[in-house]
Amino acid sequence: MTESQSLWLIPILPLIGAALNGLLGRRLPKMAVSAIAILSVLGSFLWVMKCLSALGNLDTPHAEHYFTWIQSGALEIGVDFMVDRLTRIMLLIVTGVGLLIHIYAVGYMDHEEGFSRFFSYLNLFMFFMLTLVLAKNFLLVFVGWEGVGLASYLLIGFYLKEKFAGDAGKKAFIVNRIGDFGFSLAMFLIVITFGSLDFTKVFEAAAKMPVEAHAGILTAIALLLFVGACGKSAQMPLYVWLPDAMAGPTPVSALIHAATMVTAGVYIVARASVIFDRAPIALDVVSYIGLLTAVVAATIGVTQYDIKKVFAYSTVSQLGFMFMACGAKAYSSGIFHVATHAFFKAVLFLGAGSVIHALHGEQDMRNMGGLRSKIPQTFATLCFAWLAISGVPGFSGALSKDEILIAVHGKSEWMFWVGVVTAGITAFYVSRAMFMTFFGEYRGKAHPHESPLSMTGPLWVLALLSAAGGYLMRDLVHSIGPETASHGDHGSLEFIIVAAGLLGIGLAAFMYLMNRGLSQSVAKALGPVYRLVYDKYRVDEFYDAALVRPIQAGSESVLWKGLDVLLIDGVVNGVGRTASAIGGILRRCQGGHVPSYATWIVLGAALVLIGFQLVGGGR
Amino acid sequence: MMLPNAVPVSWYLILSAILFSMGVAGFLIRRNIITVFMCIELMLNAVNLSFVAFSYELKKIDGQLFTFFVMVVAAAEAAVGLAIILTVFRHRMSLEIDDVSSLKN
Repeated sequence: MTESQSLWLIPILPLIGAALNGLLGRRLPKMAVSAIAILSVLGSFLWVMKCLSALGNLDTPHAEHYFTWIQSGALEIGVDFMVDRLTRIMLLIVTGVGLLIHIYAVGYMDHEEGFSRFFSYLNLFMFFMLTLVLAKNFLLVFVGWEGVGLASYLLIGFYLKEKFAGDAGKKAFIVNRIGDFGFSLAMFLIVITFGSLDFTKVFEAAAKMPVEAHAGILTAIALLLFVGACGKSAQMPLYVWLPDAMAGPTPVSALIHAATMVTAGVYIVARASVIFDRAPIALDVVSYIGLLTAVVAATIGVTQYDIKKVFAYSTVSQLGFMFMACGAKAYSSGIFHVATHAFFKAVLFLGAGSVIHALHGEQDMRNMGGLRSKIPQTFATLCFAWLAISGVPGFSGALSKDEILIAVHGKSEWMFWVGVVTAGITAFYVSRAMFMTFFGEYRGKAHPHESPLSMTGPLWVLALLSAAGGYLMRDLVHSIGPETASHGDHGSLEFIIVAAGLLGIGLAAFMYLMNRGLSQSVAKALGPVYRLVYDKYRVDEFYDAALVRPIQAGSESVLWKGLDVLLIDGVVNGVGRTASAIGGILRRCQGGHVPSYATWIVLGAALVLIGFQLVGGGR
Repeated sequence: MMLPNAVPVSWYLILSAILFSMGVAGFLIRRNIITVFMCIELMLNAVNLSFVAFSYELKKIDGQLFTFFVMVVAAAEAAVGLAIILTVFRHRMSLEIDDVSSLKN
């Protein structure tokens, strides 16, 4: 154990920023608010750097105990932070990308109301996210887990005056509840099985358990953890909240709903890899769900016209890829994709934000086009991300995606092929978005203007990271865990994957650059299939009919009109009515006539005397 | 100390009972508040008489002590009671006990 590094400073700095901006922000000038927000995150980024350089190679995890939080019988839960190689990656992503997005947000939010409120929430998010990745036990992870959910809810519903923003916030929060319920059940099972929630103790004990051929306790824990991961990381069937979450400001979409928070599910699966490794059934489930999500979300992405919606579905799809990696036991590849995805998806969202900013709030790609020359810097940076997500060699996205698909190939051949096709679709829809936005003629009415330096600066940094970040992070990531299949000769597989990406780009170029009308006729030819995908497979409508409405109807007829009105109100009002009925009878005794009271007293006294006489107490 | 031809204690008790019953009867029957008030005093003093009688009979000082307490309470009650009666009279110009019934039901 090395000496203390005061890890607690890392999350506390943004918390101080959140408190300052939340309590005093309205009275401070915008300059001070942005300085507080950025400096608090910068401080925590620098502290992360300082800690990591002091900790060196991290052959053994570095843990710090602060105080005992809950003591109940044999169960002891402390506030403990830990840095190991997995946390190292997450810390770098969260503070690094977080810092850049904070800087970007200063420019983006300049014209918006609630400037200080926004940065207060954003800093609060940083606090909880850093708690989540630093925590050394499941309960502390859960604190961060719930906290980022809260911050996400607050920021999705940031535009208080818009009803759809509030609805989207509630939807995100409620759907996440389902996942959180799974997570808490998993924690209960862990306490019962291992008697502790501490990572070191739990994983040491789990490592001694055999691999479960049939479903057992570890499978149950793993599946419940995965339910939590599904909620937070927007996997089938709980992904529906993420596309709606785009109602929030674009920096939020980039930071929370693309780069960091939604990867918490991948993080927890990778963190609990010891448990997942011993539960093959759970691993299969993770693979299938990841694959299904990747395919479904990618196909929806092809049909959307809202630029942020396209990237939102892309995020869902890429998260599916990360879970596919985890399902194939290539946890480090999954985390690698978390890292590269954080870079290029942040650029995609921030670039989209820059486009929207330039067009004064226009989000529909049908009203864009030809922006290449009007906002060249945004276009150039977006190109990096575009090539990265499409898997063009030389960009970081290709590295991690190749690794994932090769790992999946080791698990099952058909999943590999589906994955390759999905990677092709991914390249297609991102290219489609690029071509519709930046090529052709301008179809909108607003006058586009390039974004300020505070927005283009972070974009450039992230764009360069989209290209080179993969090469920088590769060794750091691979130090995490078991060797993956990426070593060795997979030349032919890599060729197939790259070819799929290029094919996607080429097809998009053919459909949206050379033959403009082709996409319309293809959509027409596909008819009902196209309508179904365009309507996002009508999943929201299905949930509405299958879950939301029955619950509403049940709440109204059973809970409200039955339980509340009849039972609870009945009891309460019944007690009142009974008391007043008894009072109505007794009231007649109260005649206000003094002699009659006296008569009652005399009669009562006589009665008492007679009673005494009868029982023989008179003498 | 017992005088040879003293009045027996039962006579005092009978007198006390008669006085008390007169008080009760007057309290119930009379309509004038002042009279009702005097009936209350009569009842209190009837009780005082039996206290003193027992005290004398049993050669214990307790009964006489009690009498003093009762007299103190009676004095206080007379002060308060007469004040109430005065106020009632000022407000209603009447001393009929049946008129004072605004606390009914």
